[in-house]
Amino acid sequence: MINALPPAFIFIIGGLLIPLFRGRLQAAFMLLLPVLGFYNLLQLPMGSSGVFHFLDFQVTLCRVDRLSLLFGYIYHLISLITVIYILHVKRNVEYVAGFIYAGAALGAVFAGDLFSFFCFWEMLTVGSVMLIWARGTAKAQAAGIRYFLVHALGGLVLLAGIVMRVHETGSLAFELIGLNGSAANMCIFLGIGINCAWPMLHSWLVDAYPEATIGGVVFLSAFTTKTAVYALARAFPGTECLIWIGVGMAAFPIFFAVIENDLRKVLAYSLINQVGFMVVGIGIGTQLAINGATAHAFNDILFKGLLFMSMGAVLHRTGKINATDLGGLYKYMPWTTGFCIVGAASISAFPLFSGFVSKSMVMEAAAHGHMQLVWLVLLFASAGVFHHAGIKIPFFAFFSHDGGHKDIKEAPLNMLIAMGIAAAFCIGIGCFPKYLYAILPYDVPYHPYTLAHVMSQTELLFFSALAFTMLLLAGIYPAEIRAINVDSDWLYRKGGRLFYKVADGVFNGLNKAGDQVFVSGLVGSLCTFAKQGPSHLLWLLISPYWLMQPADQRLAAKERIYTEMRTGTVAIGFTALAIAFYASLLFLR
Amino acid sequence: MEKLEAMRAAIKTDVMQKRQHMFDKPENVQRVLRIFFSCLVVLLIGDFFVHQHSFFGWEAWPEFYAVYGFVACVVLVLVSKYVLRPLVMRDEDYYDD
Repeated sequence: MINALPPAFIFIIGGLLIPLFRGRLQAAFMLLLPVLGFYNLLQLPMGSSGVFHFLDFQVTLCRVDRLSLLFGYIYHLISLITVIYILHVKRNVEYVAGFIYAGAALGAVFAGDLFSFFCFWEMLTVGSVMLIWARGTAKAQAAGIRYFLVHALGGLVLLAGIVMRVHETGSLAFELIGLNGSAANMCIFLGIGINCAWPMLHSWLVDAYPEATIGGVVFLSAFTTKTAVYALARAFPGTECLIWIGVGMAAFPIFFAVIENDLRKVLAYSLINQVGFMVVGIGIGTQLAINGATAHAFNDILFKGLLFMSMGAVLHRTGKINATDLGGLYKYMPWTTGFCIVGAASISAFPLFSGFVSKSMVMEAAAHGHMQLVWLVLLFASAGVFHHAGIKIPFFAFFSHDGGHKDIKEAPLNMLIAMGIAAAFCIGIGCFPKYLYAILPYDVPYHPYTLAHVMSQTELLFFSALAFTMLLLAGIYPAEIRAINVDSDWLYRKGGRLFYKVADGVFNGLNKAGDQVFVSGLVGSLCTFAKQGPSHLLWLLISPYWLMQPADQRLAAKERIYTEMRTGTVAIGFTALAIAFYASLLFLR
Repeated sequence: MEKLEAMRAAIKTDVMQKRQHMFDKPENVQRVLRIFFSCLVVLLIGDFFVHQHSFFGWEAWPEFYAVYGFVACVVLVLVSKYVLRPLVMRDEDYYDD
């Protein structure tokens, strides 16, 4: 096939056609889309295609190189897995939103210019927010709106950056941008950073992801942050401040994850932690580091998807997701337990599991650069991620105390198949990393399976587990509590309310005061003045004469004059007097 | 027919509840812990025989990774529990008013 399509089109157009089908045909069509897309992907020629001119600019829908291809492969794979996972859902809105979202991510990854990149970037937001709203709860609706507003802001910052950059350089090309002090590049950097969930810009993720639908969150965990990682790897490799941003991302969420009760929220925090490793790799910017960052993105999509799927299965069967409500489910859901443990072992980077072969590349790149502190914090984060995602998730969901659940069924077959595929890839990549290494952006030799590396990583993890065991047995491990933990979203959730109250007080106060002074007060006075003013004036003028008259006549005259003035039936004499007075004023002047 | 189904389901539930699962027996939990602690000892001993071709000096210290992993997690839990939790924990309906 010579005329391969831009990968986004198959997903987006195909996604829009899904509601036309029903039942098994619909399922077959949805499964066919990623497969067809993957076949199309293999047919794409390297370099740019899908080029056309829009206004004065060149738009490139399909720029294929090793970096974009890597993300293309994994996006197709996770789409297929997630579609299998949600086959039982039977809700068109979730299917269509999922495909548009995945298509937008593919579009952004293959975009060769900033204009089409931005369009697909915005489409990501629309697709993803639908997956949050599709849950249908009031909480999801509110979280979706907050998510939407944050991403709308991020999109605007990115757009501002792109417009300024085009103005400065005249080029729309989406390639190495870097930070050179220009405000345009800074805005692009920040716009991508919001989607990448940088510290303090991250709260949309932990706020909204746990509220999304069971399958939606698997889509969400794969695309938004990883597309941002791709964009950083494309436009800002070797930007030093990314190292420290990444270190922050890897370190701070693990503290929140330890005390969090909602297990999908724990996974959301560990998602930020894992993206932190990728951002550090991009910040270091060497070939090994970029390889490590992208390989870790590839693996993270699979093992984080697997963990979200296993928690989704638990939520689907029990209706609960808080650690306080779960426990003992290994009895009822042995397969899900097994798959969850595979995901947990992969994210913790156990030897023979996928995390082991990619996380260590970033660590080694940091060591090559003699970054002691970075390396030590990443090692701390590695131990920490095992603690909260590797042990806490499976332990509290499937083991721990018996949650009192009765007659829980194993997850539906389609969910088990999806989890099985993801688990197989996690183990496959962990055991045979050369196949993953072969599709990485750079050709850099790396050997994860040295005795020293296997030994040191195993020691680190086992003694982390020892710490968990001892703290748990000693009763020091923080008991799960039915509570929430505020994060930086507090700033806009409570801050937003404060702003609302202040704005309400100030502007509605102004409004009320304006109403009292102008509408009720001034207009009334003006009206009274217009009604009574001329009568008063006239009476004032002629009162010297009437003062000389008897009081009863004077009062009758006053009443008559006021009535005549009000009804406009003034005796001709008075009108003549007023005219004469006015004329004399003019004359005297 | 429906009655039969209900009875069958009830029996199944009953069997599930009476069935002893792996970790219902304390000796199984003890066994897992024993295996785990044995692994730790093996790792501690093995560490002396593996040459770390390290980037940083501290990697060559005996049992560096074991100690770091253990201390890191203890610090992580203590800081989360005694510093972070008092700062950030709120009632579940904190945002609902």
